[in-house]
Amino acid sequence: MKITIASGKGGTGKTTISSNLTSYLASLGEKVVLADLDVEEPNSALFLNAKLVHSKVSNKMIPKWDATDCTLCGKCEEVCNFNAILHLPEEIRVFPELCHSCYACSELCPTDSLPMTPSQIGIINEYKNELFTMVEGRLDLGQEMSIPLIAQTIDYVDEKFADHIKIYDAPPGTSCPVIEASRYSDFVILITEATPFGLNDLRLAVETMRVLNQKVGVIINRYGIGDDGVEKYCQDENIPIITKIQNDREVAKLYSNGELIYDKIEHFKNSLDEVIAFIGGLK
Amino acid sequence: MKIVFTTKGKTWESPMDARFGRAEMFLVYDEETDTLEAIDNSATESMEHGVGGQSSKKMINAGANVVITGNGAGEKALKILKTTGIEFFTGAGEMSVKEAYEAYKQNRLQKQF
Repeated sequence: MKITIASGKGGTGKTTISSNLTSYLASLGEKVVLADLDVEEPNSALFLNAKLVHSKVSNKMIPKWDATDCTLCGKCEEVCNFNAILHLPEEIRVFPELCHSCYACSELCPTDSLPMTPSQIGIINEYKNELFTMVEGRLDLGQEMSIPLIAQTIDYVDEKFADHIKIYDAPPGTSCPVIEASRYSDFVILITEATPFGLNDLRLAVETMRVLNQKVGVIINRYGIGDDGVEKYCQDENIPIITKIQNDREVAKLYSNGELIYDKIEHFKNSLDEVIAFIGGLK
Repeated sequence: MKIVFTTKGKTWESPMDARFGRAEMFLVYDEETDTLEAIDNSATESMEHGVGGQSSKKMINAGANVVITGNGAGEKALKILKTTGIEFFTGAGEMSVKEAYEAYKQNRLQKQF
């Protein structure tokens, strides 16, 4: 079972809910693993009192110009859809941060002057605490493309924890990184808040997931603020509301201190029980 | 000497474009022949990434010695152009092309590299 925790809007509680849900499931004896796929700023590990047990370098393949036989024909620049190659009067310049590793330049080069070589883009870290394992992708500073690292982090988790429930903490938004973090999952939980901003971004997220043919459910976080727009939208669109988590200053305080919440605040735990019951129903 | 301006038009009276990579147009002034030539750069509008490289290439192909612009070259353009000997001057984003040229001649612009 693979579940992605996503949201359109940032700051709605993806990390709070995914880290607490994983901890709670583990405390109930479930085999569960958490993957932090917000590789541009992974922070789940902060909440989990976990020890780093394994690190692995993440590479992507990029072309490296070999001037020896190059005739500067410019075919490489022509076939690159991402402006990652620049055909200058006396050289071929590669911009690794723009490269999508499609191999077109390398394969179509008449003189084999652009061999593909591995280049580090980040690191995959595996942490353990007394209850469960957490894996994060961490993109190197200055890297612009997170997709390969997200994909590799998912592969790492899938291979190593095949028989576990997998909770993927996705980045915010509705662009490529979110799609990569959602497309292979069995179900996507969208976290939102009941405000016009929350609704606007929830709508975008729902539309994105529909393009992916993904099944979605919604958790309304900080329930009690805003209006009833989100609830009406979910009813109209037949989207299940899995739970509503009450707006509570104490939850925010615990989060700010890097602490887990479900073991300290009853209504939060009750909400997670509803999430777990819902997931159970999915099995 | 060839001087390239980042502009929003084709004449001396046209306003400058403060941006380099996504400038609407490059206006090339050849001091020797006293001629102006426009290079369209509007295609960069719809490009998500890599405009710095493409625009830099246009500078090299135009044979530019000096580029006069507003905000300056970004990271990718810097990487390419720093090794070419092309000089970059910034701070002309709010001027007309003519004013920018005069400011350059009077050393009133900042040299980026």
